[in-house]
Amino acid sequence: MESCNCIDPQVPADDLLMKYQYISDFFIALAYFSIPLELIYFVKKSAVFPYRWVLVQFGAFIVLCGATHLINLWTFRIHSRTVAVVMTTAKVLTAVVSCATALMLVHIIPDLLSVKTRELFLKNKAAELDREMGLIRTQEETGRHVRMLTHEIRSTLDRHTILKTTLVELGRTLALEECALWMPTRTGLELQLSYTLRQQNPVGYTVPIHLPVINQVFSSNRAVKISPNCPVARLRPYAGKYMPGAVVAVRVPLLHLSNFQIYDWPEVSTRSYALMVLMLPSDSARQWHVHELELVEVVADQVAVALSHAAILEESMRARDQLIEQNVALDLARREAETAIRARNDFLAVMNHEMRTPMHAVIALSSLLQETDLTAEQRLMVETILKSSNLLATLINDVLDLSRLEDGSLQLEAATFNLHSLFREVLNLIKPVASVKKLSLTSHVASDLPMYAIGDEKRLMQTILNVVGNAVKFSKEGCISITAFVAKPESFRDARIPDFLPVPSDNHFYLRVQVKDSGSGINPQDIPKLFTKFAQNQSLTRNPAGSGLGLAICRRFVNLMEGHIWVESEGIGKGCTVTFIVKLGIPDRSNEFKLPFVPKVPGNHGSTNFAGLKVLVMDDNGVSRTVTKGLLMHLGCDVTTASSSEECLRVVSLEHEVVFMDVCTGLDGYELAVRIHEKFTKHQDRPLIVALTGNTKKVTKENCMRVGMDGLILKPVSVDKMRGVLSELLERRVLFESV
Amino acid sequence: MTMDVAQLQRKLREHQAAMFQQGFLDDQFSQLQKLQDESTPDFVIEVITMFFDDSENLLKNMARCLEQVPADFKQIDAHAHQYKGSSASIGAARVKNVCATFRAFCEAKNQEGCMRCLSQLQQEYSLLKNALQYLFSLQQQIKAAGGSIPTQ
Repeated sequence: MESCNCIDPQVPADDLLMKYQYISDFFIALAYFSIPLELIYFVKKSAVFPYRWVLVQFGAFIVLCGATHLINLWTFRIHSRTVAVVMTTAKVLTAVVSCATALMLVHIIPDLLSVKTRELFLKNKAAELDREMGLIRTQEETGRHVRMLTHEIRSTLDRHTILKTTLVELGRTLALEECALWMPTRTGLELQLSYTLRQQNPVGYTVPIHLPVINQVFSSNRAVKISPNCPVARLRPYAGKYMPGAVVAVRVPLLHLSNFQIYDWPEVSTRSYALMVLMLPSDSARQWHVHELELVEVVADQVAVALSHAAILEESMRARDQLIEQNVALDLARREAETAIRARNDFLAVMNHEMRTPMHAVIALSSLLQETDLTAEQRLMVETILKSSNLLATLINDVLDLSRLEDGSLQLEAATFNLHSLFREVLNLIKPVASVKKLSLTSHVASDLPMYAIGDEKRLMQTILNVVGNAVKFSKEGCISITAFVAKPESFRDARIPDFLPVPSDNHFYLRVQVKDSGSGINPQDIPKLFTKFAQNQSLTRNPAGSGLGLAICRRFVNLMEGHIWVESEGIGKGCTVTFIVKLGIPDRSNEFKLPFVPKVPGNHGSTNFAGLKVLVMDDNGVSRTVTKGLLMHLGCDVTTASSSEECLRVVSLEHEVVFMDVCTGLDGYELAVRIHEKFTKHQDRPLIVALTGNTKKVTKENCMRVGMDGLILKPVSVDKMRGVLSELLERRVLFESV
Repeated sequence: MTMDVAQLQRKLREHQAAMFQQGFLDDQFSQLQKLQDESTPDFVIEVITMFFDDSENLLKNMARCLEQVPADFKQIDAHAHQYKGSSASIGAARVKNVCATFRAFCEAKNQEGCMRCLSQLQQEYSLLKNALQYLFSLQQQIKAAGGSIPTQ
């Protein structure tokens, strides 16, 4: 300083300023050196911090800046060249590091801002989680309340207890001032205050159900806030001094009552609701919270479920009582049925022991008696006793098998039998009884009825005997006629049997039997009762004697034979006609032709006398000719025979009314018929011509009809068959005369 | 006397029942018996006797026709037809059935079949004749003993 040319009076001012710079540079350097220390401290504190190398770079920058300021302390006086070199080096390094740091910060600042963003996100997330935790706690609290309330509500199946419990528990859980339940009245037009929490005696308060506030609540399934001043909420004067508490109302679904017959419950045809009203305490700042409203809604649903359970239980109890009564009645009916079964079994046992056994003895002794030396008359009587006993034994068996008849397990015993013989036997059995009562008994079996049939002969005979026996029994005088013939399809159109339209075929036919008497007759109203078994109606005009079993069994047998039976009577004193039709099979070997003329229902031809009737028989077979002649003579005819066509043509005369000719030998028979027609020019003068043949071919019948014969008979011919043929032929002659 | 009549009557019934059961007779025979009455007391015997005569003639004629060379099947068939009618008229069922078979062989001109049928027919006729003759013998004995002939 001694070598410098400065003015001396300025030296104090320069020193003061220089001191200030010394101090500032010192503090700058001090600050620059302390910042890295702070950074290092906080980075160590932090577990994760990226960009450590950037921190080192930043620290270097700070340190170098501090160094430059520190070095400035020696630049205020004259300094040596060494100081100048150090200063230059420091400034160059500081420049380099500063630029590098500036460039690097451009790169990492966005990342640091992102870290900030994530921090904010995490904060928000934490806040959200905190709210959710609060909500979860609230819901848990609500759930606990609901479970407690549900347990209390559903711990009983009494409707009254359910409702009272609901109000009490809700009041306790929600700290209510009042809670009320309004129920619909029987008319369904009003709501009636039924239950309250605190008010002791609700006095029949009712409100119209169509109030707007009620419609609002009923139209929603949520708890609805309503005004404390509305009619369903104003239950009593205000207890508080300042303001009433908040009020909510909720609907409580009631049962669809038409599904349950609960008589003490108000009956409505459509679904309806009860109204539950809940009030918070007066003079409090409380408001309904969302979770409290949810609690109310859940409780309302639970109440509905509990009420349903109560109703179902009541219905079950009622059904149980009804079942108990029914079981008592069924047990009584079962005991009565068992008594009836025992009675029937006792009856059948008596029948078996007291009737069947003696009947077997009668049959056995009659058979033995038949073997002894008897006159013809005595033998006939014994045979009649034997047959009647057999039939009676059959009847007893049928009574014993009545259960089989009724449950349909009785089976007919089909076999080939002689149908004409069957009617003869019926007549032989009935004649003795009829003659005792001096009744005229006639029988006519149509000639076209097959000689043999397939069916249950025993039961068919039993049926006919039952019907004819009834006719004899109920006739004091007059005549009884039996007629049997093949039922024609047109006869099935009878109004009495509208559903009975079977059709005969080559394998079967329908036998029609008609029994007519001139006895006491029946009231038409009583006819349906005739076929009821064991029913002896005293109002019937016929004698009440007998079991009434015969016609019932007859109908069952006829039905089993695929037929029908009915009774006709014009009234009391006008006789009775019983008709039945049964289906019978046609055995192959007895397949007879039907005669070309249609047989009519004749009168009493049973006693027809052919005395003096002149008949000519032409048959080249001596044995057959003799048999046919004997048969006709037995009927009272005056018989002439011819052994050839020529002889027949020579012998036949106006006196002969019927000519029987055998047509088995070639065309002789047919030629003879033609020539007989030629011989008698006048139609009414010529005799009736009947073919005798053993040929069952259809062409034979066609040939007979083509040459103008009046009939065809299949050989062999029985007495009854011939009798029927002659009756029909003679009647037909009358028809010819009327033409 | 009473025991003899009773025994004869029982024998007659048993014999007749056996003939029906074995098929020699059918219901037509019963019809024949019904035609017998006071005005024609021997009707059955007369018809059966006529049948026997016819049978022997027919069997003889059929045998003769079969022995011819060649056999006259048409004539044999006519005889068989005649015999069938006779047997049917009196209720001789087994004879009638053989006749039917015989006619079938005639129509087929089966010489061997016809020979076999003729032999069978002669046997059936012989059996029937013996049985019927025994029947009539019993009836005669009952009448001679003063009893009544039982009906079927």
